[in-house]
Amino acid sequence: MTNSIFKVLRAGMNTTFQDEGRFGLQHLGVPTSGCMDHKSFTVANALVGNKKKYGVIEFAYQGPLLKLFKGKTKIAVTGNVYFKIINSNNITIDGECNRSYDLNEGDSIDILATDKSAYGYMSVEGGFKIESFFNSVSTLVKARIGPNNGSKITLEDKITTNKNRKNENNFKASILPENSNTIRVLKGPQYDFFSEKSKKLFFSQLYKISNLTDRMGMRLEGQTLKNIVNTNIRSEGITKGAIQVPADGQPIILLTDCPTIGGYPKIANIITADYDLLVQKIPGTNISFKCIDLEEAEELYKKKNYNISKIIKDIKEIN
Amino acid sequence: MLKKLNNIGDSAIVCDFGEEVNQTINNEVIKLFHYVRKQVELGNIEGILNCAPSYNKLIINFDLQKTNLSNISDFINLAQSKKLNYIKDKKHWIIPICYDFEIDLNNISKELKLDKEEIINIHINSTFFIYMIGFVPGHPFMGDLDSKLFLNRLKTPRVKVPAGSVGIVEKFCNIYPYESPGGWNIIGRTPIKLFNNKDNLKPSLLSPGDTIKFKSISKEEFNNFINDK
Repeated sequence: MTNSIFKVLRAGMNTTFQDEGRFGLQHLGVPTSGCMDHKSFTVANALVGNKKKYGVIEFAYQGPLLKLFKGKTKIAVTGNVYFKIINSNNITIDGECNRSYDLNEGDSIDILATDKSAYGYMSVEGGFKIESFFNSVSTLVKARIGPNNGSKITLEDKITTNKNRKNENNFKASILPENSNTIRVLKGPQYDFFSEKSKKLFFSQLYKISNLTDRMGMRLEGQTLKNIVNTNIRSEGITKGAIQVPADGQPIILLTDCPTIGGYPKIANIITADYDLLVQKIPGTNISFKCIDLEEAEELYKKKNYNISKIIKDIKEIN
Repeated sequence: MLKKLNNIGDSAIVCDFGEEVNQTINNEVIKLFHYVRKQVELGNIEGILNCAPSYNKLIINFDLQKTNLSNISDFINLAQSKKLNYIKDKKHWIIPICYDFEIDLNNISKELKLDKEEIINIHINSTFFIYMIGFVPGHPFMGDLDSKLFLNRLKTPRVKVPAGSVGIVEKFCNIYPYESPGGWNIIGRTPIKLFNNKDNLKPSLLSPGDTIKFKSISKEEFNNFINDK
C-alpha cells in the first residue's frame, strides 16, 4: 500500500476539488474557478506540510463524511468549521480547525457544518490523486470540467491520496478572525452611469446578501440604484469581484465561477485583499461598501499577503 | 486604434478600442490579444493570468503578487507603438446545421415577413466571423448577419435551450455549446461538439478570428452524426 483511500459516506451540499484555479483559457470561455477562499486554501496545504499547492476538498455549509478504509494519512481542516474525528474503536473527538490530524485505517472525519461562514477546506499530506485539466485540478461543475468528471463529490465515491503519511508530527496555525462587514472597493468602469443619489446610496446603505448566492455570484438586496446612461453595455470580458448592476438596480457581485463575458454596467470592484472575507459571508448578512483608491488597494494586498506568509511561517509543531 | 485603458478593480485592465463593433476593430483587438499571449509565452512579461478579447475590448487579468496595474499599462502602451501582426493563420470552418428543429423559425418568419426558405437561404450563404468566444466554454459570438434578418432578443429568455442550438440576435449569430438558458432566436441545431473537456491541447474547436460557413443537413444526417460519435 502506497496511498490511502477514503470512501464518501455523505457528500455534503457542494463538495468539490479545488486548487488555485485554471488560468489562460478565458479567451475560450473557461472561467478560472478554483478555491473561493484563497487564504484558507493556502493554510490548509501548509498545515499538512505540502510545499506545493495541491488540490483540496472544498465544501459549503454542510461538509462530507469520509471514512478512511485503506492506508494512513494526515489531514487539516481550515475555515470556520464544526467537525468530528471518529476513530476505528469508536472514540469521537471534536475537531479543531487550523491544525493537522493523523487518520489511520478505519477512522472517519465527519464535517458537520461551517459556522457563520460559507466555505471550508480539507487538505491531505501529499495531495489527492486527481486528474488535472490545463494544469489545474479545480472543478467547474457547470461545464463538467476538472477531476471526478467535472462533478461534485458524491456518495460512495472513492477518493485516493497521492501517498501515505510520512510525517509523524502534527502542526497548528494561529489565525486571527476577520469579522468586518465593510468590504472595500474601487470604482468600476461604468461608475458614472449611475445618478449622484445612487452613487451615494451605494456607499451608504447596508446590503443584505440574498439566498441566490453560489460560487458564480452573490446577489444583494437594497434600495434600487438608478442607471441614468444605459442598463446594458456591449458584452465584454469580466472578472471575479466585479459588481454588476442589471436593469432592476440590485447589484450582483461576480464570484470565482462567473461567466467570462458580461453585458451589465459595473459600478465597483471588490479589492483583491477583501475577496476572501467577502466570499465567506452567508446569506442574510448585511454588508456595506467603502471606496478606496488603487494605491491603497495594492498596499492592502501586500499586507494581506504578508499576513498569510506570517501565518505559515509561524505554524508550530504540536507536542 | 486603442482608445483608452480602464482598470477593473486592482488586478484587471480593459483595453478599449471604441464603441463601434465591426470586424476591422475586432481584428485590432485580436492582434493585441495574440501579441500579449506571445509575450507571455516568451516570458517577456510576468504575472498575466488571463487575456480575453471581446467585440471591441481586450481584458487582461494579472497576479498582484507578481505585477501591478502600472506595469501592465506600460506593457500595453509599448505594444501600441509597434506594428502588430497576426501570429497564427485564421481557420475557416464548415459547420453542419439542421434547420428542421423549428424552435423559432415559424415565429421569425412571421416577424420578419420572410419565407422560411428565404431565411435559411440568407443564413446558409453568410460567412460568419468569430468576434469572441465566451460566456460558457467554447461559445462563439459571430457576425455579420444580413440586415434582413435583424431581430431583438426574446422578451422572455428560455429556461432551457438544447446544446448545439444556433441562434440569432441583431447582426450576431451564436451556437450554444451546452444545454443552457438563453434569449436568442433559435433557427437550427448543429451536432458538432464545440468544447472537449478531455482535450488538454485544444479544448475549443473554434478560436476568436476564425470564420464559419454553415452547411445544411437533414434530421436523419443529424441523428447519424450524433450516433457516430
